[in-house]
Amino acid sequence: MKLMTLLTSSAAVLTLAGGVSAETLNWARAGDSLTMDPHAQNEGPTHALASQIYEPLIQRDMSGKQVAALATEWGPKADDPNVWAFTLREGVTFHDGAEFDSEDVVFSFNRAMSTNSNMKELLSSVVEVRAVGKYGFEIVTDGPNPIMAANLNDIYIMDKGWSEANNAVEVQDMEGGEDTFAAKNTNGTGPYTLVSRVPDNKTVLKANPGYWGIGQFPLEITEINYTPIKNPATRVAALLSGEVDFIQDVPVQDLGRVDADANLKVVKAPQNRVIFFGLNQGDADLTTDNVDGKNPFADLRVRQAMNMAINREAIQKVVMRDQSIPAGVAMPPFVNGWTEALDSIPAGNIDDAKALMADAGYGDGFSVTLHCPNDRYINDEAICQAAVGMFAQIGITVNLDAKPKAQHFPQIGNLTTDFYMLGWGVPTYDSEYIFNFLMHTKGEKRGSWNGTRYSNPDMDAKIVSLASETDLAKRDATIGEIWSQVQEDLLYLPIHHQVLNWGMANKVETPVSPDDRARFKYFTLN
Amino acid sequence: MFRFVGDPIENMLGQERTDADVERLRDQLGLDDPFLLQYWNFLADAVQGNLGISFRQGRPVVEVLIERLPATLELAFISALFAILFGVLLGVYTAIRSKGWLTNLILTVSLVGVSLPTFLIGILLIYLFAVELGWLPSFGRGDTVQIGWWTTGLLTISGLKAIILPAITLGLYQMTLIMRLVRSEMSEVLNSDYIRFARARGLSERTINFKHALKNTLVPVITITGLQLGSIIAFAIVTETVFQWPGVGLLFIDSVQFVDIPVMAAYLMFISVMFVAINLIVDILYVIVDPRLRIEGAN
Repeated sequence: MKLMTLLTSSAAVLTLAGGVSAETLNWARAGDSLTMDPHAQNEGPTHALASQIYEPLIQRDMSGKQVAALATEWGPKADDPNVWAFTLREGVTFHDGAEFDSEDVVFSFNRAMSTNSNMKELLSSVVEVRAVGKYGFEIVTDGPNPIMAANLNDIYIMDKGWSEANNAVEVQDMEGGEDTFAAKNTNGTGPYTLVSRVPDNKTVLKANPGYWGIGQFPLEITEINYTPIKNPATRVAALLSGEVDFIQDVPVQDLGRVDADANLKVVKAPQNRVIFFGLNQGDADLTTDNVDGKNPFADLRVRQAMNMAINREAIQKVVMRDQSIPAGVAMPPFVNGWTEALDSIPAGNIDDAKALMADAGYGDGFSVTLHCPNDRYINDEAICQAAVGMFAQIGITVNLDAKPKAQHFPQIGNLTTDFYMLGWGVPTYDSEYIFNFLMHTKGEKRGSWNGTRYSNPDMDAKIVSLASETDLAKRDATIGEIWSQVQEDLLYLPIHHQVLNWGMANKVETPVSPDDRARFKYFTLN
Repeated sequence: MFRFVGDPIENMLGQERTDADVERLRDQLGLDDPFLLQYWNFLADAVQGNLGISFRQGRPVVEVLIERLPATLELAFISALFAILFGVLLGVYTAIRSKGWLTNLILTVSLVGVSLPTFLIGILLIYLFAVELGWLPSFGRGDTVQIGWWTTGLLTISGLKAIILPAITLGLYQMTLIMRLVRSEMSEVLNSDYIRFARARGLSERTINFKHALKNTLVPVITITGLQLGSIIAFAIVTETVFQWPGVGLLFIDSVQFVDIPVMAAYLMFISVMFVAINLIVDILYVIVDPRLRIEGAN
């Protein structure tokens, strides 16, 4: 064994000495990208691959900060807050050599806003996009939109000429039944070009020699081999055996094994995702409880008691093996509006909780069904099982119904669950995003993920006002008011913030980005 | 059935979908149509060779299946070969030397092989040969060569190395089954009168064992092997998931999780057609192996 290590390390030295040419990174994660069309799917692994090839106007770096990509300057116009103006980067070319200019940006935004695009929700406030000369671009919104820039990080820019020549102007229509060229082929401005791809099997990327950012980013990795490996044990085995250099999802039970290996390391960071329970507090009666004609969750004291009963430290220690941060608010810590006070764990012990239950008239408890996913979040089902025991301590008999995500999440949208687990990540890093989907009354445009039946017209008005409030100080104050109302009414019972664990060979150097996105142009090798 | 597999809409639209989007897509895909109408639409399209578009990949289902099929068929073929070859060899050996220590060892090990679940065997093999020894790859299919629409991994070194562990994992159960079957059939035949007569005639052991005895054990073995070949393809799902083998089984698992109904339907249809075809071939093989059937057929 010793001899083998010696041989391989001397081989490594030889290749290093051999030249600066190819530095290949073998990358694996659980899921594959669904399509190469950058506007067809709004989903993590799909954007993660697309972002190596295509670029947005403004991107996030590895710490989550917004930095210039294809736009060099941006901001709302001083004389008209309804218009955002962008100065585009000059001298950028697409992978096929075509020149990048404002025409491509207008085309891409219109494509991203078309009916079949999955990205259009992020641009729902946009009325019109227009080119101003060759390197100017403007977005006209239906009212002032102070956080427009935060919505643009995943709106990728395609080449107009290329799309038109290859019949890829439209985003794929699932019903139309036809393949689109853009689903398999790419032509972006990004740091890597697509060499070959077999979906669910292997994707090969090569460094783009004409990239505008050469000299500005490390760009030390020149070739990327990306393979999805579904089975967690196999994924870890592939890392241990050195077949892959980088995996994004190390199972918590294997962290010690990977960390103990002399050639490997685990890098951790809090993820931009919070896990919580939702309660049906708006309906007059629950369908899954044993209380007739009344909704126990409608009583604030019951919700407070349940919030106290969740032993977040125990879940962190036992279920998550320390790979979580107990939460007091349904908002990840990176988000504008987060404060330590909001995120502090609720005070009170089991006796206080029991007293509250007795006060509310449920001293003898009641029973209710908790719906949980079992293949979506880290240890989701185990967290629910732990919670069942904790709620039993205050007399609530919880029947656990754990199902795959495809069956679980529709129940929240269709309002067929009274008590459910949900996790939420915030791509815009702003509270408004959370309010729009989780707190606003469920309706046509907002509140699509609000399964609590909570409806507060006063709060709804405040949420809507955020979209057009240009005075940022005032806007932050409103955000604070909404959060204190949310905490007072206990819309959700927060559990914890997830922690990301990236496993990699020692030669790879990178911080972990909170949105679980590997931006390879920032990676360095040693 | 579609009621139970879940709702594909959640996966097809991202986190930011509005309720209006959900309605629109559901309407577009006809998911709110009555069950019989959905089934009729599927049948009508399937008869014309149109199995629809994968919800997950947005590509025609036929194209996706054809792309993945060679991997599964190659894996099934190699593991069936492994199972038959070693199954018959070890079966004959243990029947002839029904007592020796090696026979006992083989029988004991085979019992372990039958009892351990496939995924565990796969993980154990990965741990031993990929992680500890570093001889063989832990996942994937290695480099492949394109021959027409067929991709093969059997012509490259890395492809051959990659198929060893999954083929053993998938074929181990079948091998044990065939071995035990051959052994019991063969020991029965070896005790029958005509073998005793053959011995009395002074025929060599080799002729008796392989020409007379083995041939007469083959009928039930062919039945079982044929049926097992079907299940090797159908149950490659677990092995393919463990080894990230890019075949139809892995595709099926991905599709179930995504609720990719067109792919699931096409896969199940493919598996049933294959089972029927294999049974037919097995029936035809009987006639070739067993002369008695031919005479009866003539009557």
